[in-house]
Amino acid sequence: MESLTESLTGLTLDLADLSLREVNQTLHQPTQNHVQILNPNGCHNLAVGLDAPITVEIDGHVGYYAAGMNQQASVTIRGNAGPGLAENMMSGRVQVKGFASVSAGASAHGGLLVIDGDASLRCGISLKGADIVVGGNVGSFSAFMAQAGRIVVCGDAGDALGDSLYEAVIYVRGQIKSLGADAQLEPMTASDYAVVTELLSKAEFDYSAQEFKRVASAKQLYHWNIDAQQDY
Amino acid sequence: MQNASPKLFSLEASAGYDPTIISYIQNAAQHGLYEIRGLGAKRRLPHFDDLVFLGASLTRYPLEGYREKCSTKTLLGTRYASRPIELEIPITIAGMSFGSLSANVKEALGRAATALGTSTTTGDGGMTSEERLSSKTLVYQCLPSRYGFNPNDLRKADAIEIVIGQGAKPGGGGLLLGQKINPRVAEMRTLPAGVDQRSACRHPDWTGSDDLTIKIQELRELTDWEKPIYVKVGASRPFNDVKLAVQAGADVVVVDGMQGGTAATQSVFIEHVGIPTLAAVRQAVNALEEMNMKGQVQLIVSGGIRTGADVAKALAMGADAVSIGQGVLFALGCNSETYLQDGEHHPAIEDYVKMGTAPTYCHHCHTGQCPVGITTQDPILEKRLEPEVGAARLRNYFNTLTMELTTIARACGKQNVHHLEREDLVALTLEAAAMAQLPLAGTDWIPGMPSR
Repeated sequence: MESLTESLTGLTLDLADLSLREVNQTLHQPTQNHVQILNPNGCHNLAVGLDAPITVEIDGHVGYYAAGMNQQASVTIRGNAGPGLAENMMSGRVQVKGFASVSAGASAHGGLLVIDGDASLRCGISLKGADIVVGGNVGSFSAFMAQAGRIVVCGDAGDALGDSLYEAVIYVRGQIKSLGADAQLEPMTASDYAVVTELLSKAEFDYSAQEFKRVASAKQLYHWNIDAQQDY
Repeated sequence: MQNASPKLFSLEASAGYDPTIISYIQNAAQHGLYEIRGLGAKRRLPHFDDLVFLGASLTRYPLEGYREKCSTKTLLGTRYASRPIELEIPITIAGMSFGSLSANVKEALGRAATALGTSTTTGDGGMTSEERLSSKTLVYQCLPSRYGFNPNDLRKADAIEIVIGQGAKPGGGGLLLGQKINPRVAEMRTLPAGVDQRSACRHPDWTGSDDLTIKIQELRELTDWEKPIYVKVGASRPFNDVKLAVQAGADVVVVDGMQGGTAATQSVFIEHVGIPTLAAVRQAVNALEEMNMKGQVQLIVSGGIRTGADVAKALAMGADAVSIGQGVLFALGCNSETYLQDGEHHPAIEDYVKMGTAPTYCHHCHTGQCPVGITTQDPILEKRLEPEVGAARLRNYFNTLTMELTTIARACGKQNVHHLEREDLVALTLEAAAMAQLPLAGTDWIPGMPSR
């Protein structure tokens, strides 16, 4: 079968000939450590539910939920990604070389998500422990209700950054249009500089940690009380 | 000497400002906070009580009540899943979280459901190992908060339920107050212990039914199209919501009416948002029938299902199964005067009084101080509900419901409870007749419909 080619360098799956079901099924029981996927053509739900220490390269644009709930695998998308990129990722690494649409890294528990370009609205919403590094800007409502994890934004952030934030921390290099409810700017500490340096290095971005600001929760909405009642 | 005439009091009760509303205003004036509480709507609503079965007579042939077979087997998720859910009875246990309930209670639910051949459901906060081990058939909820949600548990589940909303609070997210967040609950939800957990009201990675179509496909791809996918909606506009859920690819739609319970929600939400279960069932079935999907997509109804008669009426109106939450809690001992621990009954009334309430009135699930050990994470209180005791009570309750259900089905001449039909029912009130679109008893009149 031409569309499913095994070689010494790995497996090639061509979505021009194979169905999404066939591709995902193959990825769920991988026989090779490296898989290349051709002609994704914006298809949704590609490479979801991976749970093996393999590398996957996708040559082209992907639709919704690419690499959703990833575990262990390292997935690189040579194109742009639709909504919910690497949503609920548990571990591993997902990198998009282009832009990411809304809700990138939503509720991700672990692993590293790297977006080389810009990310749209709600990047890192409900984040639960993963790390996200964005080379460009992030849209409004990013890190909404983010519970744990770290987000590094090398460009600017839109409105309501970190609204209703819990324990996640956001680092922004550029301008912040506005902060959301209960989010505040805080001084950078030595450990913050170390975190940013480490994440920039992993994502292979050449910026200085000294250029970044820290945004975290003011923790004024942590308990139901008279002052916070309008926020419940 | 003239006798004094008896003192006459002028006690004119107000309908608009009754003791409940006066107490509400005075509490609001004292605290400046709205009330948060557990359980469901307490107001009088048109309900299944307002319907009756016609039973067999000369025009229908009944089945012998104690001897003739009447099947209760129920199949859910036949549309796309390669492994549909097969249940012995059409009565399931609704999603209730570990966090709102103790781990002991979750285990009791699993044990009872397994013995009964039915399913139980996780809840906000993820799947506990206790409930997975004790439950033969476990439905795993995918909620807006995604607390504890992960692909490993997804693969362990027997079915997946995407929760859009809840009957107690359609349009609202969950709430678990800090006093119920012990270290285990906190860890499962990735938040610090003791912090209030306000679950989101919208899913983080999709908006609208077109997105939902793709989300459902993602879950199917992740689990290799094995597991049925339910979509649960709180009853507000069920006709349209059911249509959209079916269009999005749901195998099963769960419609939860406003009598449905909650562990903690604003009282104003519980009592004033959403529509009664009776009205919701009719609209949901109309939607399935209009799409010609009745039988292909199964309907589960919840929200105030208490008795075997309620189950029978829901099925006759077109539901394939029901789901019960509050009834399950009451069966376990919620609002009892005593709790059974180490084989002995112990009084619990003082603990109700400490919270300013009493048995049969208590809805203080949100406090975590449940006097009978059900809605608590307190290490002392949770021991008041032993899993074996809870499971036995729940088995008895569901067995009673099933016997009542089959009694009614036989009386209507049905060998299968799923053969109960709309024609078997009439309404006792105008409101029920209009909402359920059933004739008023003794007439052929359905409000809003031309006479037959």
